[in-house]
Amino acid sequence: MSSIQLPAKIENMGLLVQFISDIARKIGFSGKRVKEIELATEEALVNIINYAYPDHSGDIRVTCTQDPSKAFVIKIEDTGIAFDILSLKDPDISAGISDREVGGLGVFLIRKLMDKVQYHRKNKKNILKLVVHIPTK
Amino acid sequence: MEIIKSGKENNALIIKIIGRMDAVTSPEFEKALDTWIDESEKHFVLDLSSLEYISSAGLRSILVIAKKLKALNGKIFLAGMAESVSEVFEISGFNSIIPIHDTVQAAIRQFQ
Repeated sequence: MSSIQLPAKIENMGLLVQFISDIARKIGFSGKRVKEIELATEEALVNIINYAYPDHSGDIRVTCTQDPSKAFVIKIEDTGIAFDILSLKDPDISAGISDREVGGLGVFLIRKLMDKVQYHRKNKKNILKLVVHIPTK
Repeated sequence: MEIIKSGKENNALIIKIIGRMDAVTSPEFEKALDTWIDESEKHFVLDLSSLEYISSAGLRSILVIAKKLKALNGKIFLAGMAESVSEVFEISGFNSIIPIHDTVQAAIRQFQ
């Protein structure tokens, strides 16, 4: 298990993503899968950076574990306002350029790229878990 | 991320993007395109052959520019994407809103 905790600022996004992708690489995920993990992670982190702490600053804590059922679990926690990222509606991906809205894509990508996504709120913390199955060789 | 103007053909600016378009770098992309649009450029081919990674922030920036150009009767085409980038365009449905070509040359021909 490895953890990192940093202020929820855009300047720290790269470090947090790198922390996770370094572990993913060590686990042996393919280059393609590592990129997908980076993308899902970025989307989750950017949501926290943009919305979790409207009035004051706060941190993001990322914990990576490998569970016995052969899954890589990325736990992303913040102490910001209660926000269930999974409650957001999917964007209309069939909309044409004039109708296509600019928002809503981040969560959609997380759901599409990760094998499982879980959210719960406990002790005034938002806890998001991204689960990636580790392929058996 | 680097943004390089590689040339102009058939009245279209060929812009090469190198590196990653993410939440940190995408604003620079928008700023650069806005500057060219202010200089009355309205046809663009984005050479994405050296783009390693794109997130929703990058897609959003491209969409914002594409909408701006549409309002000006301009056009933007994307060319040369790697498979990992292409996948993000497909999942998000962006592959059907912004024209995508295999090569810069194929995109440039659209402006003839």
